[in-house]
Amino acid sequence: MKREDMIRNFCIIAHIDHGKSTLADRLIEKTGVMSLREMSDQVLDTMDLERERGITIKAQAVRMPYKAKDGNTYILNLIDTPGHVDFSYEVSRALAACDGAILVVDASQGIEAQTLANVYLALEHDLEIIPVINKIDLPSAQPEFVKKEIEDVIGLDTSEAPMVSAKTGLNVEDVLEAVVKVIPPPHGNENAPLRALIFDSVYDNYKGALSFVRIMDGSVKVGDRIRMMSSGVEFDVTEVGYFRPGQLMPVNELLTGEVGYIGASIKEVADTRVGDTITNANDPAAEMLPGYKQVQPMVFCGIYPADGSDYENLHDALEKLKLNDASLSFEPETSVALGFGFRAGFLGLLHMEVIQERLEREFDLDLITTAPSVVYHVVKHDGTELYIDNPTNLPDPADIEYMEEPMVSAQIFSPSEYVGTIMELCQQKRGVYIDMKYIEAGRVQIHYEMPLNEIIYDFFDALKSRTRGYASFDYELNGYARSELVKLDILLNGEICDALSIIVHKDRAYARGRAIAEKLKDVIPRQLFEIPIQAAVGGKIIARETVKAMRKDVLAKCYGGDISRKKKLLEKQKEGKKRMRTLGSVELPSEAFIAVLKAD
Amino acid sequence: MSLMLYLHIPFCVRKCAYCDFVSYAGCEAAMPRYVDALIAEMDRRPSQERVSSVFFGGGTPSLLSAGDLSRLLRAIRERYDLTEHCEISSEANPGTVTPQWLDAAAEGGVNRLSVGVQTVQLELLKKIGRIHDFAQAEQTFEMARAAGIQNLSADLMYALPGQTVEMWEQSLREVMELNPWHLSCYALTVAEGTPFGNLDEQGKLPRPSEEEELAMQESTVQILKAHGLCRYEVSNYAKPGCACRHNVGYWTRRDYIGLGCAAHSLEGNLRRANVAGLEEYMKGAPFISEERLTRQDAEFEELMLGLRMVEGVTLSPGAWKRFREGIERFCTQGLMCESERRVWLTPRGMDVMNAILEELMPE
Repeated sequence: MKREDMIRNFCIIAHIDHGKSTLADRLIEKTGVMSLREMSDQVLDTMDLERERGITIKAQAVRMPYKAKDGNTYILNLIDTPGHVDFSYEVSRALAACDGAILVVDASQGIEAQTLANVYLALEHDLEIIPVINKIDLPSAQPEFVKKEIEDVIGLDTSEAPMVSAKTGLNVEDVLEAVVKVIPPPHGNENAPLRALIFDSVYDNYKGALSFVRIMDGSVKVGDRIRMMSSGVEFDVTEVGYFRPGQLMPVNELLTGEVGYIGASIKEVADTRVGDTITNANDPAAEMLPGYKQVQPMVFCGIYPADGSDYENLHDALEKLKLNDASLSFEPETSVALGFGFRAGFLGLLHMEVIQERLEREFDLDLITTAPSVVYHVVKHDGTELYIDNPTNLPDPADIEYMEEPMVSAQIFSPSEYVGTIMELCQQKRGVYIDMKYIEAGRVQIHYEMPLNEIIYDFFDALKSRTRGYASFDYELNGYARSELVKLDILLNGEICDALSIIVHKDRAYARGRAIAEKLKDVIPRQLFEIPIQAAVGGKIIARETVKAMRKDVLAKCYGGDISRKKKLLEKQKEGKKRMRTLGSVELPSEAFIAVLKAD
Repeated sequence: MSLMLYLHIPFCVRKCAYCDFVSYAGCEAAMPRYVDALIAEMDRRPSQERVSSVFFGGGTPSLLSAGDLSRLLRAIRERYDLTEHCEISSEANPGTVTPQWLDAAAEGGVNRLSVGVQTVQLELLKKIGRIHDFAQAEQTFEMARAAGIQNLSADLMYALPGQTVEMWEQSLREVMELNPWHLSCYALTVAEGTPFGNLDEQGKLPRPSEEEELAMQESTVQILKAHGLCRYEVSNYAKPGCACRHNVGYWTRRDYIGLGCAAHSLEGNLRRANVAGLEEYMKGAPFISEERLTRQDAEFEELMLGLRMVEGVTLSPGAWKRFREGIERFCTQGLMCESERRVWLTPRGMDVMNAILEELMPE
């Protein structure tokens, strides 16, 4: 048998918590790549954050030798895919590096939003899909039911589907056997010029950016001169190899059909782009592999250091994070209120939250983040078109002919008893009902078209709380639509505070303005004078609250033994004030900004 | 220049619910040894320093036995050069004071008594953890006068949980019937770690509103004025000439020596504090903290302490220069007044003194 015939490149796709990572661990364990002792739970999720949130952020790949029942030893390459819809481009490139996919479905939950989303993605890539029914050890498991659901909804044959418990290891060999039998071996051209698909990258302090690749055609070895086909930039290969869990295994050469990494002293991961094709500079391929695209950020927010002197630290931290995250974009920005900071772009809300958390945790930074914003399309009367992601850059309403906002197509999966409350939520979020399907008795799939603006902050949380956690949802960008949007300004002491401005739909401006004014009233500490808070649209005040002046703030006793303590107290208060931002002569703690985001 | 003497007597029968002073309940057996330690501390200082006021605070100074009190007063007279009109004050709790104690006090030279009355309504007294009733307070005044101490003051508290403006005014009136020459009226401060503090954290301490508290404050000034007592400090009111000289000394930054547990001292530009632990102190532990004041520190203190007095303070040229800009700003806002380096707070300014001080405080 040919060398290539012994290779199987596959990934595991599943809804969150259906057991993808556990199954991956079991496969790694079964093929002996790591002893039980060496494995800490869920080997492939190396970042603490990933572990905490139970999601995979960084894709990785593991090569597992497997001696099958037919006596042959196969090379199984398991490529791990990011598990969240924010990273769909990465997912699609990881899928493109595979020839097949294991679809894991929880026997007690059945098909859910992301299951379908990823399955369709996998089908689009012509992958052979092996359905695997997991968690059959649970008392609530209904494997036969779920198998039928898969057949009915997706149209996959489940008659040979392995029924496993990744947790206990039950029947896991069946999965390995299925991979060998069902998933086709790679069929590239060994003699053609090199074409390697980059499906991920990582920055190593010593080796530079490493490209994770699937060799589609040709081969690559140390010393070759390679070229990134999207940019034309060339590098000299310093190392190639494959992956063990948490380890890089260098080799001389990577051959057609193999999965591994290429190191070429590349300074930044931005130079090794997901979806790009690596070819040999001296014998280049004629055409790039299909599917490459520049990733566009979808959600933006302003990030400012709580203490102005931390600006450089924040800048450094963002640069460091970008080393390993090509989809993070940022540029300097200033705000009258908040000083110097950055406007950062993310693939989605989860991406944004992960970056914020990493900045605070790994770099110990105290941050103020302004409301997340999407990119609006503005057409002025004079014909100029702008893309605005910062409310303060919105032109004068008098000059605007019309505006458009990004829309999404949302699929919500839920038990049918929550349909009413879900529809109410979507309506509140300006959703347009498209259709609803019963996917099995008691469960529905609801399709809404909604503005991206309305789901990027707390839609997911609201959905979960209205449905006691049972509903799930998935969304996909679906063009732009005209919308009546306005800029909501907040004035403190009569001055507009640009850091608090947001763009909202005209029908929601009143409610939002009132909610924000009320929230600010609670959050702004009382000061010596009354503070008028106003919400305004186009110069017209639409809501008003007042923070009353402080009337009693005096120490009742101050005798000989109280003096030192009193001074310390005053010093501490003064320190505390330093961390507040002065907006319109009003002192605001950083909680104020967050409170504004959450006011609805 | 003469200095002031403060002695801390950290013993109590029981701690009140709001108390965050250094005091110990149930340790009376240690009192004689404690007095020994006080005298030993005095002995460690130069002898015959000139003293113009003495103050016994606590805890409960009236818990001392008559014998120990006499001993202590005699020791002070032996070691210090008291001025002719030296003010010697002591605090007293109506629940523990006895004629014997008062006699020992008067004989030893105590010429001013500050009685912890707090409030007149019995339920309220119980709620705040006091061990006496108002009748005992009345008796204390009678006994003190009988012992020959005329300069009497009472401590009162307002903005207590469950207290209405009427209840407060009633307290003021009933106490005035005892004809004190001086009153201290304190708004309740809820301190962390005290029983009240804990209740407050749990949201279980309903207090009068800010409106009511301000009304109580206003009533105090009016009612006491009608009775001949003028406000001379944030919380202190007196008949003409009857201000507490010792306390005024704190606010005018006179030097003072603190003796006993947790007692503080100011000598020139050095502030010091003693250890708080009873045993530690009695074993002769040294100061637990020392602060050398810079000129900036001292100048800020002039303001921080001087503004507490209704008449304000005449700032040193350095302090005036440093704070002038801020002061003038507050003057235009109607919170302060100034005239030839004398600055004082308006009544409204006095109510928000903290916020003002915080702004004036140098970075």
